[in-house]
Formats: sequence, structure tokens, C-alpha cells
Amino acid sequence: MAEFVDGYLIPFAWILAKILAFVVVVLVSMAYLTYAERKIISAMQMRIGPNVVGPFGLLQPFADAVKLLTKETIVPTGSSPVVFFLAPMLTFSLAMIAWAVIPVSKGWVISDLNVGILYLFAVSSMGVYGIVMAGWASNSRYAFLGAMRSASQMVSYEVSMGFVMISVLLTAGSLNLTEIVEAQKGLWYFIPHFPMFIIFFTSVLAETNRHPFDLPEAESELVAGFMTEYSSMAFALFFLGEYANMIMMSGMISILFLGGWLPPFDIAPFNWLHPIVWFAIKVCFCLFVFIWVRATFPRYRYDQLMRLGWKVFLPFSLVWLVLTAGFLVYTGRVH
Amino acid sequence: MANVVTDHEIENYTINFGPQHPAAHGVLRLVLEMDGETIDRCDPHIGLLHRGTEKLIEYKTYLQAVPYFDRLDYVSPMNQEQSYAIAVERLLGITPPRRAQYIRMLFAELTRILNHIMNIASYAMDVGAMTPFLWTFEEREKLMFFYDEVSGARMHAAYVRPGGVAQDMPAGLDGRIREWAMAFPKIIDDMEGLLTENRIFKQRTVDIGAVSKDQAIAWGFTGPNIRASGIPWDLRKAQPYDCYDEVEFDIPIGKHGDCYDRYLVRVEEMRQSIKIILQCLDKMPSGPVRVNDRKVMPPPRAEMKGSMEALIHHFKLYTEGYHVPAGEVYAATEAPKGEFGVYLVADGTNKPYRCRIRAPGFVHLEGMDAMLRGHMLADVPAVLGSIDIVFGEVDR
Repeated sequence: MAEFVDGYLIPFAWILAKILAFVVVVLVSMAYLTYAERKIISAMQMRIGPNVVGPFGLLQPFADAVKLLTKETIVPTGSSPVVFFLAPMLTFSLAMIAWAVIPVSKGWVISDLNVGILYLFAVSSMGVYGIVMAGWASNSRYAFLGAMRSASQMVSYEVSMGFVMISVLLTAGSLNLTEIVEAQKGLWYFIPHFPMFIIFFTSVLAETNRHPFDLPEAESELVAGFMTEYSSMAFALFFLGEYANMIMMSGMISILFLGGWLPPFDIAPFNWLHPIVWFAIKVCFCLFVFIWVRATFPRYRYDQLMRLGWKVFLPFSLVWLVLTAGFLVYTGRVH
Repeated sequence: MANVVTDHEIENYTINFGPQHPAAHGVLRLVLEMDGETIDRCDPHIGLLHRGTEKLIEYKTYLQAVPYFDRLDYVSPMNQEQSYAIAVERLLGITPPRRAQYIRMLFAELTRILNHIMNIASYAMDVGAMTPFLWTFEEREKLMFFYDEVSGARMHAAYVRPGGVAQDMPAGLDGRIREWAMAFPKIIDDMEGLLTENRIFKQRTVDIGAVSKDQAIAWGFTGPNIRASGIPWDLRKAQPYDCYDEVEFDIPIGKHGDCYDRYLVRVEEMRQSIKIILQCLDKMPSGPVRVNDRKVMPPPRAEMKGSMEALIHHFKLYTEGYHVPAGEVYAATEAPKGEFGVYLVADGTNKPYRCRIRAPGFVHLEGMDAMLRGHMLADVPAVLGSIDIVFGEVDR
């Protein structure tokens, strides 16, 4: 009995507690990311933004959640209900399970996988299934077109993202996210890999369907793209999934290029702050740029976006990968 | 089982773009025949906002018809009132006082800016940039305050009347307009900073929906749309009305007639309008703002208190209205969207026999199919935004 408790129950409870801690924090940050987005964009557009619900509108995300929860769930005629409801669930759960391997500080990670970067890549690629399923199951042309666009967009940008990641992991010499961060002590990778950093950031915008690549949900053409037919909580799951993805991808950018939880200089006063605070600051910075981009740029057209992905990013990241590998072999860092 | 391979005809599919669509600018319905993302045919369906304005005007006295013109293109009300007022004045054979003409010009140009702000901002929104919309709408708000000050209404002013304007400008308004006009170019610069040289904006608009000179003439394009195609046709210069021959301004023209040129022409027109506004404020004479003809314009309120005849005139004007001698007239002005024409047939009574309105938007909408063929779905909102359509005037 004691063996069972020590061997299974306590580790299980510990993992559960860790998962819970991550999920709660991510959910709350998601809620407040929507608030932050509205506030920041309104400041950029000389508006006030939400300010009625609670002090400074701080309770707005909860008001929105209650509103969405109490709305009627509409199932369009001719849709396939199982797939229709599976799609938002899939999107949301994928956005959450990606957090399993993200280290927010040294040792602060649910599962310190040796191939963490591959896991992340796999999970973020799966995200496209939710969208394709939603578009197909909705039985609507707008949703279908949105889903088609989204599928091709995510697939195209993943290719160049993959090459960027390979450049980084070659330099770090590991697929483990914790080790990638540790390898950046002294020199964050956005300095030697600056062009890759830009490409990665842009691809992340495309991967998370954010402005200026939010074609799948381009409201001026496709109404709401693959989400057109969704309402109430099913819609909210898509919406939250998108924001969770944003945070997750910002975390990924921080880990791969901005030195994760490392302070900019390992001297006082920078190392007074807890590493997790540094991680949070970097994530917030990335999210701020996401929002800033949204307030500034018009939207790409579908063919232009594909051209950018395949004809600009892909060759460039490929060449950079070869250069990186060549440099590493030449300087004797890799054998 | 000799031949199992059959030829499958792959049919195009159709998409209903509107009437309930975030980018349909009101109640436009486009039936798009799509080949994948490419448009094979575009069929605009109109009439969802038809209110029978032309027929209603036949049952109203000449003065009562004025408010209908505000409600045609509800983004540029006063320009349309001006067209109608000029048409009636030509039938009556009267000329409004010079101050009234300058006030009309001043407000026509303010309205032009009002319209172009709305157009450019919503156009930017259609291609995905949302900030210009909110930045420029503050200026629109200020312009509507000017409307409010002269007429008491923010949009449907009914201010320009046959024979002049309804009342003189309140004291100090010219100073406030001047102050605004001096500050406004800065706002245009800010907005241009977000759009004009933006790589994505240019990719979305350059060479999209290009209209050649010949096509523009053949379809009867007017206003910024024909000027973007390279034809310097502007009624303010070609057939000056009111006092447009006394002010100095340039007509911007484009080269390629694409969406980007239409945007640039509108931006430059706003700057020229500022120039006209400042000249109007400088040159505006003092004096009456209504024609001194008791059979057309009511007497001043003070006179009515003492003069029986003035009271009778007032009563007759606001019940029966004035009688317009038989005849017909076509008066066109350069409204922000293009040539806005009013064709009136008078039969000597107090109501027009027929009123036909030439709305620029209706003509421009015809070009949609040819402009969109071979382009992609994402270009629909770009082209739609760039030709500046308001359904109030298309459907009338």
C-alpha cells in the first residue's frame, strides 16, 4: 500500500497539481490577454476601451465569458454535429497540451521532454485539424473557404518555421527546451540569428492566424471564416484557443530566441528578479508586438501570403540553415 | 467497361456576398461566381434600399423635397442639396447672393472631406487596417459639429435651399472652421503614414481593379474614379457653379486607374478642399444669405411681426410653396462621389412634375463586374471600398 502511495499516487497528484497550476495561470492570462488587447488597441486608436465592468473594466473578460456561456448553441442545418463540436474542443485542448513541455523557469516544467521542440512543433501543426474540421462540418461556403485558406496557410508557414527551429537547435545542440535556454547564457539567439528571429516571428503571426495574416477569418471577405457558423461556448473555445496559442507561441519565441527565463545580464540588479518574471516579461513583450501589429497593418491577400511563405521565407531560412550548419562545422562546434 | 473515364465538368460555385456581410457597405448583394478563389463573374444586385425618392418628390413642394436629398448619399448630404438648389434656381431664374454661394461652397468642401474621410477609412478597414478608421472619425465628428452649428442637425442638414441657405452662419464659426482647417492636414499626414507607403496596403491595392481611360468614359465614371484613370474631369472646373471660378485649386489625377490611384486622388482632393475652404473663408463677403424675393424665400422674422404682407408670404410659402415656371433643367455638381445630377421637369405648379436623380454610385457599381473579373475574392472589398459606394444614392 505504501509502495502504491509513494510510487504512483504521490507522483500522480504532483503531476496533476502541476498541470492544474499551469492551466489556471494560462486560462487567466488568456482572459486578460483579451482585455489587454482591447485596451492597447484602443489606446493606439485614441479610444478608451472597456471601462464599465469593474474598475478600469477589469472584469470585462468575465462578463464576456458569462455572456458566451449563456448564449444558445446553434447547430446549422446540414452540418455534422459530432465533427462540428469536436473541432472547437480539439483546437482548445491542443492549445492547452502544448504547455506540457514549456519550461517557464529552470525545472519549472510539467514534462522535461528530450524532444520538446518536436513535441511543440507537432502539437502546433495539429491545430489545423480543428480548423479544417470546423470548416467542413459547418456546411457553409464561407466557413469552408476559410478552412481551406487556413489549412494551406498553416502548412506553408510550418515549413519555414521548421527550418528556423533546426537552425536554433543546431546552435544549441539539443532538442530539449531547457537545454536550448541554458545554451543561450551570454548570447541570446536573436542576435546571431536575427533574420531567423524576424522570419519566425512573422511565421508565428501566420501560424496563429493573427493580423496581417488573419485570412481564415478575414471579416471583410469571409465574414468570420471557419468560425462563421459557431456561437456561444463553441465559439468561445475557438477564440480562447487562438489566444492560448498566441501565448504559447510567444513562450516559444522567448525560449528559442530571447533566452527564456534568463535575465539580459547575469548581474545585479537584473538577477534579483525571479527567472519566471523574466520569462513573463518576454512573453508579454511578444504579445504586445502581436497586438501592435494588429493595430498597424492591413491584411495580406491569400496569394500574397502564400508567395511570402514559399518564395521568400522558405528559401531564406533554408539558406540560413545551411550557413549555420557550415559555420558550426567550420568552427568545430559540431562534428 | 470499355471506358470508365468520364469527363467531369467542374462547375464554378457561387457565393453570396451580402446583403448581410460586414464589407458589403450597407445592403449590396454581390452574387460571385467563383473558380476557387478567383472571380469569374460578379453580379451586383441592387434595390434593397429603394425608397422611391424620385416618386415621393413629385408629391412634395419644391421646398419639402430638400430633405430627401440629404438622405440619398447620407455621407455627403449638402452637396446633393446644392445640386437640387441650383436646379430649382435655374428654373426660377434667380441667383443667390454671393455670401450664400460662398457658404455653400464652404460646406460643399467640408462635406467632401466628410465623405472622403469616411471612404478612405472604411476602405482601409476593408483591406484590414482598422486604425485609420478610428483616427479619422474624430475629424468627422468635428465636421458634424460644424453642420450642427449652421443647421441644427449633424447629418440631414436641409441647409442649402433654393435661393440661398436657410440661415447665416453663427458668429465665430468661420474662426472655428479656419482653426480646424489649419490642423487637419496633420491628420491626413498621420493617416497617410499608416497607408500610403505601407507595403501591404500597396500590395493589396496597386493594379487591382484597374480602369483604363476609355473604359472610364464608356461606363460614365465621374468624380475621383474617372480622375484616377487619368482624365482631369471635374465639374467645378469644367462647368463652374456657385463661385468655383473664383477660387484656386488643382485637380489631382491618377495614372493607372487602380484602387491605389483612387485612394491617392481622394487624399489629394482632401488637401485641395482645405485650400478651397481657406480661400472661401478669406473671400467670403458679408451680406444677405437668401435671395431677396418674397415669392421664393420667406421674409425675415422681424418683418413678419409688423407687416401683414410678410405674414401672408410666410404662410403661403410654408403651406402651398412657390410655383415654378414650366420648363426642364439638368443641374449637375461635383459631389464627392462624382457627378450628382438633378433633372427637374416643372409644369408650372408648386410640385415638380418629374425629378430624376443621377447618382454617381449607381454608375460606378456597374463597373464592378469588369473590374473584378480575374481578381481574387479578397479584392472584392478592396474594389468595393475604392469606388466609394453608398446605397442610399444607388437605390434612391
